[in-house]
Amino acid sequence: MELPAKTFQVTRADLIRYAGASGDFNPIHWSDRVATKVGLPGVIAHGMFTMALVGRAVAEWAGAPDAVVEYGVRFTRPVVVPDDDQGTEIEVTAKVRDVTEDGLTRLDVTATCLGEKVLAQARAVIRTAR
Amino acid sequence: MPLDPSFVGRTYPPTAPYQVGREKIREFASAIGATDAAHHDPEAAQALGHPDVVAPPTFPVIVTMAASRQIIEDPALGVDYSRLVHGDQRFAYTRPVVAGDELVCTNTIEDVSTRGGHGFLTTRTDVSTVAGEPVVAVWARYVIRGEA
Repeated sequence: MELPAKTFQVTRADLIRYAGASGDFNPIHWSDRVATKVGLPGVIAHGMFTMALVGRAVAEWAGAPDAVVEYGVRFTRPVVVPDDDQGTEIEVTAKVRDVTEDGLTRLDVTATCLGEKVLAQARAVIRTAR
Repeated sequence: MPLDPSFVGRTYPPTAPYQVGREKIREFASAIGATDAAHHDPEAAQALGHPDVVAPPTFPVIVTMAASRQIIEDPALGVDYSRLVHGDQRFAYTRPVVAGDELVCTNTIEDVSTRGGHGFLTTRTDVSTVAGEPVVAVWARYVIRGEA
């Protein structure tokens, strides 16, 4: 079963807010000067910010903020966030892999930005709605 | 310099307790656009059976990233931070983090390897309350890029 896709807009302001909330002030997430110096095309989103947005999608699909039992991803491609009002978009989809007898649902999640996968092996286990 | 495989299995002393504040959970939830009332309103969280507001799933990384410096900055292991890339991240929850938790991290090096000129480091952080109640186990895998 395929779950309804969710789209997240990500702007520079979102990265700054996430940096402050998470305590991750690595300058590749806010300075084009530093990002390009280390060979990136420009400022990129925190991998953990992408993971947090996808986690939000998973919790919303689960229908409860406390339903996620297990959640893991591999970061495969940076999410480049241009310095404009639109920023970029991350699209998240998921398929139900199986539902276990003890009421857990396993999801295979896909996250893309500009048509390219930004996460691999993104999997979540959620408690089926109470 | 290849990472020393003899570090596999090494466990570090528990970190100083991290006090999870209600406003920190609200701030983190707002930063990721998580609007569910249980992240913001203690009564909504209590209705789900939690003592206070519930943290979103990736919130524990605030605590574990800080704790992982114990490993990444261990001079004996010798990780070159400027070449460190976050490869994988995984959480296995016993229960969600809630405001009021005092969390302690115990770091273990699960794997150290070198392949294709790159170093790989997998850490496991067991996050528990100061009373010893397990909350979440967190794995991170880092790639230490080799000199091209």
